[in-house]
Amino acid sequence: MRKFSPLNLAAIILGVGFLYLPIAILVIYSFNASRLVAVWGGWSIQWYAELAADAPLLDSAFISLRVALISATAATLLGTLAALALVRFGRFRGKLLFAAMIYAPLVMPEVITGLSMLLLFVAVAIDRGFWTVIIAHTTMAMCFVAVIVQSRLIDFDMSLEEAAMDLGASPARTFLAVTLPLILPAIVAAWMLAFALSLDDLVIASFTTGPGATTLPIRIYSEVRLGVKPEMNAVCSIMVGVVGIAVIAASLLTKVGGARGTPAQA
Amino acid sequence: MFKSLMKSKKNHSFWQSLVIRLPFGWLLAFFLVPFLIVLKISLSQTAIAQPPYAPTFDLAAGWRGVQTFFAGLSLDNYRFLGTDPLYILSYMKSLQIAAFSTLLLLIIGYPIAYAITRLPRRAQAILVVLVILPFWTSFLIRIYAWMNILQHDGPLNQLLLALHIVREPPSWLSTDTAVYIGIVYSYLPFMVLPLYATLEKLDEQLLEAAADLGCPRWKRFWLVTLPLSAPGVVAGALLCFIPIVGEFVIPDLLGGSRTSMIGQTIWMEFFANKDWPTAAAVAVVLVCLLVTAIVIFQNHAMRGSERD
Repeated sequence: MRKFSPLNLAAIILGVGFLYLPIAILVIYSFNASRLVAVWGGWSIQWYAELAADAPLLDSAFISLRVALISATAATLLGTLAALALVRFGRFRGKLLFAAMIYAPLVMPEVITGLSMLLLFVAVAIDRGFWTVIIAHTTMAMCFVAVIVQSRLIDFDMSLEEAAMDLGASPARTFLAVTLPLILPAIVAAWMLAFALSLDDLVIASFTTGPGATTLPIRIYSEVRLGVKPEMNAVCSIMVGVVGIAVIAASLLTKVGGARGTPAQA
Repeated sequence: MFKSLMKSKKNHSFWQSLVIRLPFGWLLAFFLVPFLIVLKISLSQTAIAQPPYAPTFDLAAGWRGVQTFFAGLSLDNYRFLGTDPLYILSYMKSLQIAAFSTLLLLIIGYPIAYAITRLPRRAQAILVVLVILPFWTSFLIRIYAWMNILQHDGPLNQLLLALHIVREPPSWLSTDTAVYIGIVYSYLPFMVLPLYATLEKLDEQLLEAAADLGCPRWKRFWLVTLPLSAPGVVAGALLCFIPIVGEFVIPDLLGGSRTSMIGQTIWMEFFANKDWPTAAAVAVVLVCLLVTAIVIFQNHAMRGSERD
């Protein structure tokens, strides 16, 4: 058995504390009754109440949600196809380029992805707005989806598909009845990631958006650039809460669907 | 096995080609072509020679830009980057911040990853989730959380004053220190996870053998654990260094206005100066820098694996 020293314990406590304390402080301050950060004015939900009346902010949140839903779904579809093409179809013409285009966006600085997208939309004279943001987010997220689904496909036990086909199932039926259910947990996880990436993105959206399509991160960014605001603490706390719930739900979902090893009670 | 696969391939060549063509076409149209356009614009227009071009780049001018492209290919934008110290300083600043914060991340991340491998299996799994979880919350929110903490009368200064560590509250925001804090905070999961993955696979018997042969503890770590975790170190450094170079949000919200990182420079050229050709040239040079960095990292990784 490996030894666990006090030093190890300190590293873990400090590490986890460092990761979670700032978010905890943010959430606590969102309930501060005082407008001044330095002063603790008691618990209050007034900033949350003010949010409910902030129409432009709610509007942005709604736009962001729609963008994330559509782009995550499109990205999951395209990314899954890309993963299938990479893993299952052996060699085909342009495979190297294809693989390069899957991996390159993962390391490309967002500023450059955003810039290049914008120049494309300008070059083909498409008005920027809601749909251009969706196209940009789909492109970025599909590469993450492809990588996640690909890793699942590589681990895939081919004998299951062979068994189905030996028993007379058509390839289409084999895919729907055997392959798809087995890779579904990865697809669901990839969709969640794509959704989170879209909801989170500031830089690419800033380049590709137009009038009338101000996403939530763009709104938050323009508010907080000049300093801390209690209303923004409340918005951010809500987003942390939503993401937290979604991640926990997703991890439960993948455990139920794809159980490797024991179903956890964690 | 092959037979059934071959058969399915023949029967479903239409579907198969669709599976490839759909994502392939999408990436060609929305990733490769846009990048070629960036390349083209970085070569085709000179901001100094044609000032009227810069302020109003409307749709019509965009088309004209494409049309005059063949007539006027030039490297002027790149020459301009070389002559104006603003850009060189910005690149240097980005590389310097990325290099130093990657080092910080290694120093902070290694003990955490190492400590996780010492735990029982079940606790390991929980801690890995705990390390990943903050990655799911918005980047912007995590940086904003630090704006709360680091502001002049924020919790950090209050704590420092209460503990009598400082007399005057220092200003943290708009300093490089704040940028480093923000980067280390945001990228810590990217460093800890690859380190953990390699350390977890480490063969305990090697350490036992070293101990049996009388090797002291610190020396075992130095001679066995550390060299064997090199792939994780390289992977973690790559995962952190590359995106940090192009970082925009962190230096913009936490950093000072005197020198900006290259991501900010591109943003400024674009949104504030409306100098799109220069922004495109800055972007192309950045991509070249990053590709060079990736190749260097890859070579190190290859050499590392050859040694094994």
